[in-house]
Amino acid sequence: MTNALELHDITKTYGEGDNMITALASATLAVASDEMIALIGPSGSGKTTLLSIAGGLLSPSSGQVIVGGKDISHASPSELTEVRRSTVGFVFQSVNLVPFLTARENLLLVDELRGSRGKQSRDRADRLLDELGLAKRLNNLPSQLSGGERQRVAIGRALMNEPALVLFDEPTSALDTHLGEQVMELIQSEVKGRGTAAIIITHDRRMTHWCDRTVTILDGHLQTDELATAG
Amino acid sequence: MKLAWTELRRRPGKFGVAVLTLTVLAALLLFIAGLLDGLFLGSTGAIRSQRADVFVFSDSSRESFLRSTITPETRAVIAGVDGVQAVGGMSVTLLGAVVPGETDLADVAVIGYELQPNGIPLPPKPGQAYADERLKGFGVGLGDSLLVGPAKTPITVIGFVKDSNFQLQGGLWVQPATSRQVQNQNRPDSPVADGDFQVMLVQSKPGQDAGQLADRIDAATEATSSLTKAEAENSLPGTKEQRSTFNAILATTYLVVVVIVALFFALLTLERTPLYGMLKAIGASSRQLFAGVVLQAIIIATVAFAIGGGLVAVFSAVAPPKLPLQVQPSRMVTSYLILAVCSMIGSLLSLRRVSRIDPAQAIG
Repeated sequence: MTNALELHDITKTYGEGDNMITALASATLAVASDEMIALIGPSGSGKTTLLSIAGGLLSPSSGQVIVGGKDISHASPSELTEVRRSTVGFVFQSVNLVPFLTARENLLLVDELRGSRGKQSRDRADRLLDELGLAKRLNNLPSQLSGGERQRVAIGRALMNEPALVLFDEPTSALDTHLGEQVMELIQSEVKGRGTAAIIITHDRRMTHWCDRTVTILDGHLQTDELATAG
Repeated sequence: MKLAWTELRRRPGKFGVAVLTLTVLAALLLFIAGLLDGLFLGSTGAIRSQRADVFVFSDSSRESFLRSTITPETRAVIAGVDGVQAVGGMSVTLLGAVVPGETDLADVAVIGYELQPNGIPLPPKPGQAYADERLKGFGVGLGDSLLVGPAKTPITVIGFVKDSNFQLQGGLWVQPATSRQVQNQNRPDSPVADGDFQVMLVQSKPGQDAGQLADRIDAATEATSSLTKAEAENSLPGTKEQRSTFNAILATTYLVVVVIVALFFALLTLERTPLYGMLKAIGASSRQLFAGVVLQAIIIATVAFAIGGGLVAVFSAVAPPKLPLQVQPSRMVTSYLILAVCSMIGSLLSLRRVSRIDPAQAIG
């Protein structure tokens, strides 16, 4: 089966000469199509850079990136936009819902950006929100939702385009432990239920047990690759 | 595009400042344009209404009605020029007139004519006139006998006509003999002989080029300066200057629209940078985002124009008749189109900023 993500010897540097900073050094990682991995590491270790390259937000300085079976190492900005639109789902740390769209419209937005809309999209959005326990909050604006509900809407939005890979940037950082566990359980349920791959950046090691394995990154180097016990 | 539209619907207050500013500018634009049109139309009605292709002035008049004289001899030469179908004289005298029951004098242009203009009947009997509706604003009514000029020459109004004024003075359309009587009684320093007119109007035969016919007339008479109808409209004193001045004001105001819209959307784009970053991260292209900006700019301009246009229309309806304000439908359409284009150009200045927003900033 094709891996959802393959990073081969990825390096990402910023600046030149003496000012050159290596954010990611010879990173190699494969994520199977239904695998969930936790990516942990201290601030400035390169987690975000790795996630950005995996999601087609950044291009590597060298190395090969394959997302959903497609090599995007040298993709143009418009090709990367298309990859993000069709193959990758994002859940951002700050949730980042569109404030003037309802929960349902935030999900439908993903399809509208792809130029598809209609009953099929609406049905899929409603089904996702129902699965996420938001059936009665479809028409609420983000400001009318709790933090946990907003996070669930963001998860629904990330899954709306039926991506091969979903990238979570510290999805529980703004939540208390109890709510964080609930959200991780929900992520696992949704991701595993769809056979979708996921990378979850987290600072909280207590959350890593929800993932198939944990990858640690330090100073731009992928350090360890350990199996986790799924909770 | 739908995103931009939804934002406008759900957050109208966010665009309030831009709508308010553009409403003031749109109202100002229409008011200035209305004055320009009002001045032009109010000055040239007597010329525009003529069914003539060429206006013949005496060559020493510098194309001024009041300085020009065409004698019967010259008229005969003009009538004989190849391509001329018909000729008819026209004379204008600008005076004040006493209106029965009114204390203020009405500004009138006593116009003697032979050829029937558009919208004006054939010349009336001696001492009678068709009055322009503008004079109703001065209290003139049907059957009123106006006392014209310092000599108080009586002229009775037997009907009203539209858009027939001369140099913003209400047209009083009379037969040539009445016109000469008014001129000679009230302007004894520049009397008019029987058969003389200020200007000769020429109707050409089908297929004739007005400009070439004018040249042939001047060559034949060796004593005239002939203009096409359009040239005659612009030859009125001050017309060209008015137009160029008002157009400069309009152009400056449109430039202000561009600057206002550019500033507004530059600030809005700055505020939206995180949102645009996130939207790009989930697959929005710069083109899609920018189309939304342009759509919002055009909608804001449209709403502002509708409100501004409504305000000017209401003001126009209640404004005193002496104020030469005429808001033409064609002017409304062109003003809206220019305003929309200016708003679009203003929003285009955010293009670079939108396209440079990095989707990676959504993630850290």
